Amino acid sequence: MAGPVLEVRGLSVGFADGRRTVPAVHEVAFTLHPGETLALVGESGSGKSVTSLALMRLLPPAPRTRVTGAALLRGRDGTVHDLLALPDAAVRALRGDRIAMIFQEPMTSLNPVHRIGDQIAESVRFHRGLDRHAALKRAEGLIERVGIPDAARRLRAYPHELSGGMRQRVMIAMALACDPAVLIADEPTTALDVTVQSQILALLKGLQRETGMGLVFITHNLGVVAEIADRVMVMYAGRIVESGGVVPVMTAPRMPYTAGLIASVPRLDLKGGEMVSIPGTVPDPRAPPPGCAFAPRCPHRRPTPCDEAVPPLEAAGAGHDVRCRRWAEIAAAAAPRPALEARA
Amino acid sequence: MSAAPQDAAPLLKVEGLRQHYGGRGLFGRGDVVRAVEDVSFEIRRGETLGLVGESGSGKSTLGRALLRATVPTAGRITFGGEDITAWTAGRLRALRPRMQMIFQDPFSSLNPRMTVGGIVAAPLVIQRQGLDRAARRARVIEALATVGLPERAADRYPHEFSGGQRQRIGIARALVMAPDFLVADEPVSALDVSIQAQVVNLLMEVRRRLSLTMLFISHDLAVVGHVCDRVAVMYLGRIVEIADTRSLFSGPRHPYTEALFAAVPIPDPTLRRPRVLLDGDLPSPLAPPSGCAFRGRCRHALPACAAAVPPLRAVGPGHFAACIRDDIALAAPVAA
Repeated sequence: MAGPVLEVRGLSVGFADGRRTVPAVHEVAFTLHPGETLALVGESGSGKSVTSLALMRLLPPAPRTRVTGAALLRGRDGTVHDLLALPDAAVRALRGDRIAMIFQEPMTSLNPVHRIGDQIAESVRFHRGLDRHAALKRAEGLIERVGIPDAARRLRAYPHELSGGMRQRVMIAMALACDPAVLIADEPTTALDVTVQSQILALLKGLQRETGMGLVFITHNLGVVAEIADRVMVMYAGRIVESGGVVPVMTAPRMPYTAGLIASVPRLDLKGGEMVSIPGTVPDPRAPPPGCAFAPRCPHRRPTPCDEAVPPLEAAGAGHDVRCRRWAEIAAAAAPRPALEARA
Repeated sequence: MSAAPQDAAPLLKVEGLRQHYGGRGLFGRGDVVRAVEDVSFEIRRGETLGLVGESGSGKSTLGRALLRATVPTAGRITFGGEDITAWTAGRLRALRPRMQMIFQDPFSSLNPRMTVGGIVAAPLVIQRQGLDRAARRARVIEALATVGLPERAADRYPHEFSGGQRQRIGIARALVMAPDFLVADEPVSALDVSIQAQVVNLLMEVRRRLSLTMLFISHDLAVVGHVCDRVAVMYLGRIVEIADTRSLFSGPRHPYTEALFAAVPIPDPTLRRPRVLLDGDLPSPLAPPSGCAFRGRCRHALPACAAAVPPLRAVGPGHFAACIRDDIALAAPVAA
């Protein structure tokens, strides 16, 4: 069973805006292996959520959106399905079964008028054809597995009776109901307290160890990435700008944007002074800069070569790619870490 | 951190404040939510006090009570030397320009049908400052400039702005009345990390420029450490620890504070430190446990912790903690 459970090739997404198409995601490609956690990192507007919604086929249909590329999901029997090419009915059979998703806002993702037991049971009834009684039994087991105490009683609770952390656990139980091979978690801890965030991260890691599922974890917080990811893919203005193993990317980032994201994570060090921020905001996708999309915010920008054309993704080390024309120059100039430079 | 003189007079003083809800009607008889319970502290002029705790700890309720947005159940609030606890709405109206608030969610706290200029001018209109249109416009543009937004922003609508820019608009609305005291309730929690720092830096800059006194509410101790002179940690309606920021960060004395520190994610994948994981949720404020409310989640709890609510005791200069265990060493994020 070697090989990736999910392989995305050349995924591009555009949204119709009157007569033209506004590009939101350009040529995103990655692979995900069983048991692996890939963090998809970027700010609001970077295209990370659109990427995940495209994979789940949850974007509005054409002609409002234009999706190209391939997303190859390995099925339970080893056959490979292209999620982007399958008819809707076939996607419904896989979604919630082989590939599942959890969202940032557990309150808006749960139905407020149904008991949580029935909401968790729905997926196994649909995909496995279990009757209500058997499905609720399974839901009880799932509730226990995601660490909600007093499972039998909680089956009958409504979403509003639970705390934010408990609701996110319910979302995870729903997603795991059919033992998916791939779980996409879109900012699952962003709306939660830091204490609850650490509980949910520990829960996801534990469940992944048990089930061997591949996890795509979407976040804007590199502190969270350091805790959970094996590999990282940083997105900016719809493109992958850096990707690689979590240790090389976070200890020796090659893209100035990644370095800025790492530096802007607030730390407990009481160093004082200003907090490090990335000036400006993500560019308007209707009017992207001519060259590197990050150049207008980049401290290392030079009109040549940065503003000339969109830089290609280049190899900056083993399995470490970066989209910056000046990365080697910047790394050499910053050289007070000779040991790391030599290895890279 | 701001440079508040240690001996400055308190701008705000709170004694034995209680804010309860329910008791009859909607919640049924006998069910009282003790959102804030016996809270006392003061904030010196020019100082920023951080207020940390999880959702449901009562920090927002406390922030609103300080602004007299609610009628306190018991206790006393003194602002600028005057006891405002029982002031009527009419009397408070004259005080309102001096105390303003910034909200967490920059999407729901701005009226989508008003222009940014209208939003920022609203406090001036409500306060009937007797300004004509041109004078109001000048004040609005000044407030927008203070937060780094151009004049043309006044004629646009909130949806045309990003989250970080909207939070700047919320800050401009709070500053247009030239307040002395600002309650910032999770002002950066809904923002991307890269933008959080911009807004935090802006708040620190306007605080210095306008000599503001501030209550900074957050669940993120890392941000609080950057911004605040002193920090109060709240758990289930009570302050369980309060100290100078450096003292708290170099030697927390309450296990809950230690757990909050441990929950802050560190952007270093080589660290993957063993973490003090805080199990479970806050207990219900409808039926708080006996004794220390934190004991059910505390790895240092003893049977004695159930006996009585531990009082805040002095454990160092200006450092108070409500824990009976003096015999435990707690992990600190910063060396003493």
